Amino acid sequence: MNKHAPVDHETMSQMLEREVVGIGHPHESARSHVRGEAIYIDDMPELPGTLFVAPLMSPIAHGTISRLDVSAVEAAPGVVTTLLARDIPGKNEAAPIFADEPILADGLLQHVGQIYGAVVANTFAEAQAAARLVELETQALQPALDIAAARETGETTCPTQRLNLGDAATAIDQAEHVFDGRISMGGQDHFYLEGHVAYAIPGEVDEMTVWSSTQHPTEVQVHVAMALGVRNHQVDVQVRRMGGAFGGKESQATIIAAIAALAAKKSGKPCRFRMRRDADMAATGKRHGFDAQYRVGVDATGRIKGLKVDAYANSGHVADLSGPVVTRALTHLDNCYHIANAEFTGVAVKTNTVSNTAFRGFGGPQGMLITEAMLDDISRQLGLPLNEVRAVNYYGPDTGTLTPYEQEVTDNRIRRVVDRVLDLSQFDARRQETEAFNAANPVLKKGMAMMPVKFGISFNLPTLNQAGCLLHVYTDGSVHLNHGGTEMGQGLYTKVAQVVAEVFAIGLDEVKVTATTTGKVPNTSATAASSGSDLNGAAAYRAAQEIKSRMLDIAALEFSCEASNIEFSQGVIRHGAKSMTFAELAKLCWMKRVSLSATGFYATPKIHWDSANLKGRPFFYFTYGAAVAEVVIDTLTGENRCLRADIVQDCGKSLNPNIDLGQVEGAFVQGMGWLTCEELWWDKEGRLRTVGPSTYKIPGSRDVPPQFNVEILSDQPNAEETVFRSKAIGEPPLMLSISVWLALRDAVSSISGGRLTANLDAPATPENVLMAVEDIKQRL
Amino acid sequence: MSKSINLMLNGALVEAQCRPDTTVLEWLRGEAGLRGSKEGCAEGDCGACTILVSSNGPGTSRHYQPTNACIALMGQLESASLITVEGLSVLNGTDHPIQEHMAQNGSSQCGFCTPGIVSALAGLLHRNPGPGEQDVHDALAGNLCRCTGYRPIVEAALAAAKETQAQLPEPGALVAKPSVGTPGDCEFILPTRLEELIALKSAHPDAILLAGGTDSALDVAHARARWPKVIVTRHVGELQEIAERDDVLRIGGAVTWEQALPQIASNWPEFGTLIRRFGSVQIRSMGTLAGNLATASPIGDGAPSLIALEAQIEIAGPQGKRKLPLEDFFTGYRTSVLKADEVISAVEIPLPSPEQIFSVYKVSKRYDQDISTVCGAFRFTMAGDQISACRIAYGGMAATPYRCKSAEAIAIGSRVSPTLIKAVQKEISNTFQPLDDMRGSAAYRATVAPNLFERFCLELGGVKQEVMSL
Repeated sequence: MNKHAPVDHETMSQMLEREVVGIGHPHESARSHVRGEAIYIDDMPELPGTLFVAPLMSPIAHGTISRLDVSAVEAAPGVVTTLLARDIPGKNEAAPIFADEPILADGLLQHVGQIYGAVVANTFAEAQAAARLVELETQALQPALDIAAARETGETTCPTQRLNLGDAATAIDQAEHVFDGRISMGGQDHFYLEGHVAYAIPGEVDEMTVWSSTQHPTEVQVHVAMALGVRNHQVDVQVRRMGGAFGGKESQATIIAAIAALAAKKSGKPCRFRMRRDADMAATGKRHGFDAQYRVGVDATGRIKGLKVDAYANSGHVADLSGPVVTRALTHLDNCYHIANAEFTGVAVKTNTVSNTAFRGFGGPQGMLITEAMLDDISRQLGLPLNEVRAVNYYGPDTGTLTPYEQEVTDNRIRRVVDRVLDLSQFDARRQETEAFNAANPVLKKGMAMMPVKFGISFNLPTLNQAGCLLHVYTDGSVHLNHGGTEMGQGLYTKVAQVVAEVFAIGLDEVKVTATTTGKVPNTSATAASSGSDLNGAAAYRAAQEIKSRMLDIAALEFSCEASNIEFSQGVIRHGAKSMTFAELAKLCWMKRVSLSATGFYATPKIHWDSANLKGRPFFYFTYGAAVAEVVIDTLTGENRCLRADIVQDCGKSLNPNIDLGQVEGAFVQGMGWLTCEELWWDKEGRLRTVGPSTYKIPGSRDVPPQFNVEILSDQPNAEETVFRSKAIGEPPLMLSISVWLALRDAVSSISGGRLTANLDAPATPENVLMAVEDIKQRL
Repeated sequence: MSKSINLMLNGALVEAQCRPDTTVLEWLRGEAGLRGSKEGCAEGDCGACTILVSSNGPGTSRHYQPTNACIALMGQLESASLITVEGLSVLNGTDHPIQEHMAQNGSSQCGFCTPGIVSALAGLLHRNPGPGEQDVHDALAGNLCRCTGYRPIVEAALAAAKETQAQLPEPGALVAKPSVGTPGDCEFILPTRLEELIALKSAHPDAILLAGGTDSALDVAHARARWPKVIVTRHVGELQEIAERDDVLRIGGAVTWEQALPQIASNWPEFGTLIRRFGSVQIRSMGTLAGNLATASPIGDGAPSLIALEAQIEIAGPQGKRKLPLEDFFTGYRTSVLKADEVISAVEIPLPSPEQIFSVYKVSKRYDQDISTVCGAFRFTMAGDQISACRIAYGGMAATPYRCKSAEAIAIGSRVSPTLIKAVQKEISNTFQPLDDMRGSAAYRATVAPNLFERFCLELGGVKQEVMSL
């Protein structure tokens, strides 16, 4: 048989005639969403005999269990059984990296809300009611409740990381100006609308099917198997969709799914475990808060000569993903700026709080916030506009292109997005208007700031940058697509289906994406790090090309021509005057006994990483963006508001501009929440007191800037050979929201005529803004 | 013997067999088998459970109002008509315009908040066929979306408003039963006359008196309390009154915030704005003025305005009615003068006069649907350029909503001047020793409270000094 050119990146990116890709198709579930017909795990009809699970959670921040009696719980109406650490047949282990995190706390309680047991009952209400009857006595130990307290104990959850380039100490000493500063930023709850949930269904002998609201089915599979003491092939994990995730269901779903599976194993019945909002917020991890100090040496123009940063991440009680989060923070301290002499240290301190975890940006936002706060300070100390200080530091031919981790910055789009957003926002003219407004208004003060973003795309750990796909074409021409990525609302299923439809040149409706399952595509990575469409799209592309090449062979025989002369377009296969439909060709392949099923596999090329020294090329490419925000603050109350935001976002050659637009807007607003109204608040006993939307305030519709202009650079093909030359979009725009926070600092600073830096940490709640206003008035 | 709960669900008569203290959401997702409405928070704050309800009580609006099914109890909805997201398309045989536009324009990403948002916006278009952008924000104040950034949702609502609206079915004309549920286990009694209500309250002093339940029903929805006996106020005819007479606006004890809003807003626009902010339309359509006061919460947002406006509270009991100034109603943290056999029958607010200047300011982390960190309400009565009377009231600063009489005394007889402002601010600062909590530190409250008085004085010139005015 005639063999065709191997499937590779060249063909993938050179395919210029596009029928499906690049078009703003609606989300594949949009119609089901609006009708309330989309099924989430808690909506699945219960199998007969289904039981319901409620958690037993630690009331103390740190201590040991001296007595635990569940007899009253087990005697309560409707209760079938309880689950404690001793009931786990296999390993009591949930940690994604180290072996430091139990599924059920065993003897030692390390934060308020930690799950140490579960109640299994006939109804959810009965399980919840019975959970209150537990008798627990504890012996308290001294807790460390925040970063400052943890730095005193010196306890960390993973090794301290150092990223060095050149000689920062000497460069700082020899610089014209040296500035020291600090910044503190809070964490953030994911507040996915659907809380954590899993539904475990026991099968024959050791089989277990687990429907889990997870970004990482493979990790759930591995840990469920470990907990049950069975091999991975006994466990099938499935997820059709999540009601939001944002990183919060990357590692955190494991404990929930494992408890559901353990309950199912012990009871022999299907078990559903859903965390209600307050339990979810108390028990599951969040974005890491950071404290940081910096010492920077600059020249008179603000050019950075040397920079030393010590960053302390609040890891919570166990490591979880804190190590990689700190890595990404350190590798994003540079943001868009060339720093020849760097000494970056990242410490994941151990506190007796919930274990912090992945959250959109994954340390990147924290790293960038440190640097941007510093640049704001430098510019005010030198009396130069912030954007001018940035301009002398941007990566480029005049400065340098080597990052502190020694990756070259290529296809640099910083100036392009910055110039465009300054133009789009009419920055200079509006800056003057802002100053005029401030001169005329004693109470309300405006501020404006730009934020450039360069974000590295790929998991830092090269191993994770792989994906698989399983594709079937049926004899009626319909296509069944399954890949290792998960749908959390970001539109991954839509984009990957577009890729497949494009290859086959068929309508998008012909491609059906099916629930992600470990049984179809094994050994997957989490859908995370913005990599979902890059990885799974490429794997699907390859599977589709494989089947297409087999179909071409048959078509060539049928048409008696060279395969290269056959055209696929709009569901029709043509050679000259001869044609048949895609469905006819599929049927013909079946009759000729040609397989219409294929797997596709993709591993990101070119990347490598020395994790001991934080050196290498961790990122396949960079995604760029820039934003300008205008805000107003009330100097009597600290109330504040973003009045306008302008955004320019690089999407490569977008697979779906509408979905990308939704990612940009949603990420920006979510980032605004982190930096303004969202505040995690613990009391003195270490209880998180903001465990529901009545106390934890995410942005509402009126908080969105009334003028909100988003421009997508949608036709700027990726210089690297990604699927159809697109770029990742999930995380990068979140960091554009730092423009809002910088603008708030600018508004506070305006009280000093822009001379003094505002002592404003994040989040910039009304309280923190007012305190910064009072502070700057004292310093005038 | 158990009495089922009668209601109309998506146009069909249903007899629900559940306990009346079951939340509507649990019933919908369980017995009724409709799982389009989601539980996002179980505290009435995220809106994922939003459905449309026409309560069909005497004097109540027959309009469908968005309601949080997660904190509404089945016993409260006896005789009501409900429409869920499933009903919106089924009833018309095609998707509702809001569903159509939201499906087309990227209004859903994860989709979990979407059914609630569809219901909330269908409710908006039902009661206001020509909404502006601020109306849409108001309608969405009780709905959170974590994915989209809301822009497409707002645009979908404005676009759908331009189309012929789908007709919602006429609410059913069911008559509420005197009681539902099972005596001794869980019984909701639904009196229709005040006399009957008071007799019941005297006979069952331990029974829960339930108005909107937007605060108290959290015990059931959230904390899984079980209520053996509940007396529901919403069907009592005398408590439904809203009337302006004898120079007062009289608001009956079962009147919801949503029902009272138009008349309050027309007399005191700033109070209207505050009401729109402190509760979403879902909360306002269930919650009552009387309930807001009866819980005696130190941060209940109704009280500071009502105190500054010199409102009187009318209490009815076996011995008849009594009236007292609202500031004398509260006795401590979540306690009041209300006795076990008494109910709030009305609140009376003197109508405004031209010499009066009133405003109220609420400071919170988020503008909409948040609980106050500090709420300050102020009213000057002017004689020329002199302040002849002054009322200053705060929420969030003490164990009860608090009228700051000593600061008022300083203002009375003076002209507004920087010196006066400073003097009054100093007295306000001296009056309070606020607390630290998740909404704000004591230091912040102590700074903001007097500053709100300064804002009030600055705005006497007629220019708003708030970030939302830009």
